[in-house]
Amino acid sequence: MRKPVGMEVAVAAAEAVALCRPDVIAVYPITPNTHIAEHLSEIVANGHLDAEFITVESEHSAMSAVMGSSGAGARSFTATSSQGLMYMHEVLPIASSMRLPIVMAIGNRAISGPINIWNDHSDIMLQRDIGWISLFVENGQQAVDMYIQAFKIAEHHDVLLPINVNMDGFQLTHVVEPVIFPTQEEVDSFLPVYKPLAQVHPDKPLSMGTLGLPEIYTEACRARDYALINSKRVILEVWEEWEKMFGRKYEPVTSYRTEGAEILLMTMGSMTETAEMAIDELRDAGRKVGLISLKLWRPFPFAELREAIEGAKLLIVTDRALSYGGPGGPVCAEVRSALYHEAHRPEIVNYLIGLGGRDVKVEDFIKIIEAAPAADKRGDAYQIYGVRE
Amino acid sequence: MKKQWPETWKEYNIGGIVFDAGNATSFKTGAWRSLRPIWDNSKCIKCGLCYLYCPEGCVQEDEQGFFKADLDFCKGCGICAHECWPRAIKMIEEGK
Amino acid sequence: MATLKTKRTMGKFENFEIFAPKLLNKEEFFSCGHRACQGCGEALAIRLMCKALGKDTVIVNATGCMEVISTLYPTTAWRLPWLHVAFPNAAAVASGVEAALKALRRKGRIADRDVKTTAIGGDGGTVDIGFQALSGAMERGHNILYICFDNEAYMNTGIQRSSATPFGASTTTAPSGKASIGNKTWKKNVPEIMVSHNVPYVATACHSYPLDFMNKVKKARGVQGPAYIHCLSVCPTGWRSKSEEIIKLGRLAVETGVFPLYEVENGKYRLTVELPERLRPVEDYLKLQGRFRHLKKEDVAFFQERVNLEFNKLMNKVEHSKTWQELAEQK
Repeated sequence: MRKPVGMEVAVAAAEAVALCRPDVIAVYPITPNTHIAEHLSEIVANGHLDAEFITVESEHSAMSAVMGSSGAGARSFTATSSQGLMYMHEVLPIASSMRLPIVMAIGNRAISGPINIWNDHSDIMLQRDIGWISLFVENGQQAVDMYIQAFKIAEHHDVLLPINVNMDGFQLTHVVEPVIFPTQEEVDSFLPVYKPLAQVHPDKPLSMGTLGLPEIYTEACRARDYALINSKRVILEVWEEWEKMFGRKYEPVTSYRTEGAEILLMTMGSMTETAEMAIDELRDAGRKVGLISLKLWRPFPFAELREAIEGAKLLIVTDRALSYGGPGGPVCAEVRSALYHEAHRPEIVNYLIGLGGRDVKVEDFIKIIEAAPAADKRGDAYQIYGVRE
Repeated sequence: MKKQWPETWKEYNIGGIVFDAGNATSFKTGAWRSLRPIWDNSKCIKCGLCYLYCPEGCVQEDEQGFFKADLDFCKGCGICAHECWPRAIKMIEEGK
Repeated sequence: MATLKTKRTMGKFENFEIFAPKLLNKEEFFSCGHRACQGCGEALAIRLMCKALGKDTVIVNATGCMEVISTLYPTTAWRLPWLHVAFPNAAAVASGVEAALKALRRKGRIADRDVKTTAIGGDGGTVDIGFQALSGAMERGHNILYICFDNEAYMNTGIQRSSATPFGASTTTAPSGKASIGNKTWKKNVPEIMVSHNVPYVATACHSYPLDFMNKVKKARGVQGPAYIHCLSVCPTGWRSKSEEIIKLGRLAVETGVFPLYEVENGKYRLTVELPERLRPVEDYLKLQGRFRHLKKEDVAFFQERVNLEFNKLMNKVEHSKTWQELAEQK
């Protein structure tokens, strides 16, 4: 194992992807994911990675190209954010239904309008139903680790699903963090060459992407849903293997200082580390508060969530996206749904924070935790933290 | 054991892939037609244009080099009869 | 009336058009049992294309008639490897397939032999919604053969107008009526646009000239780089014509100069099917199609005039164009 190096997280992500020896990369640049595209193309141009880098003319074509390459049996990678993610939305569900193990990096960015290039989760939250595995990264080390894990998870024959790994744009992609890279040998031993279950090649002609009549569409949905739900088993296996090899532990829901906590705060993504500092301050002052963070978003970690919130009286779910005219933030809506039938469940309040890149500091989390007990706890209530009235 | 249509969700091929290339031949499009081509081999010059122009690819050459349509698939479009130079092919109504 | 004065060289098979069918590869890569309409020109063209391509190809198909009628799960009419993703992205998906085959062959993970990536789409999936992806793929210079099967409307969804729909044709989104002639625009010239992308081999073709079409497919397949073929495919359903007349209609399209068959090799234009001195009047072609039934004399006259112009534009290039090589060496 090497010593940690200081590296911009997007660049570190690109380095991690390069260690996985992808065969085909097709990325269209969009702020804030551009550095991934640029760095990967540099690695290829310098001959350090034997891959085809396709300079596609749009995000829709980027996803289409990697679907073609994955269908042909190549390890494939792409990256995007926000508007780009939405532009490729048309084909994202198809990647899942065709069971193509594509890995995509998303530098989460607010969606237009108004046009805003800074970080929130509104881009990925629009993609909840597409049938992809979805992971959330909290820091630079996790970024490096999760991209390597992602290829292994996706390409497992019991999974064969596309996977997106989410990193907060600018807040994470553009900051320099200390990261430890596995060696090429370690990655090669962890992640062998991709062996597709099926590929388009004249040696064994087959047809991919066939039409599904009403008689079969429901069954196709069920089969795909089953695959996604059961991918969790493989995700946990891969994470266990990773911990054995590198000593870094990953779990779907991480609990931070939740022992005996009456109030729990819930976060996803890079704000988790800021929230941890808020929890530390409050714990030092004797408050019984804790933090849970989700790394696994899809398939949704129902069992782990229910276990993590046990004993809490109040759960504060922070969201970084809003379902206009609906029940507030998407994460809170799903958490409420997941806990609805639990005999003992906490009261839930929803705080929308950090929309469009607005900074959320330690004191903001403290203010939220102080205000939450008095906040509206009904199912259709949510607080947009810090909105100027 | 061969799958029965419609399949169960567990039987549905992964990704909707069809592994059996060309198995569309299980669907007999011959049931669609209302006209059928008949070859008069006394006029046929064995040029093969009827074989070439069939959109179904169901016109087959026999051992003597004459041609006939595979009636399991012939849709009765009439192209072969229309293109036949020596007018060796006639379209007759089904059921006659 | 447009006249034709050109020097042209005969293709290898043109002399034997009557006899060669029997010498063709008998293997059918596009099986019976597909659900195309009776007399489908596109299905015929696909069948011929497959014979010319041979088995070492991967077909990438855009959504459209051919994709829908050929692969209803659990069946497929394709005896070639085939991939379909969506409507606007055949060229982009093909770019990915081509890159993958290149990388995998280089890394020794697939057999070390040439496998051609062939992208196919209708006029919708090529000249309209698929245009961006086509332009991108061709500009990047992938080793892809792209064949557009042009039946001149969005046929699969019900005969809606595309930018390849000819002037005056009645379609369901540009229907003829008391206040409209139907489609008001002239057909977008995509082969010309492909030449502007520096595509080394661009050709027009039609199933009514099967050997010309298959020769072009073979030639295009051999190009190490992008190649584009635009194949007119008669649709009796959408054109409201008789199913048995598709070959005749294709011939008339060519003989009237409405759809001349030519190829552009490294910038040099040449006609591949000899046309008579005097082209037939467009009326001979239009009157056999119900989609033009509503046209008045003056509309037909306008159509004729425009066909003359476009034909003269083409002949001008046939007579004066030089290959890029020749132009590069020019002082």
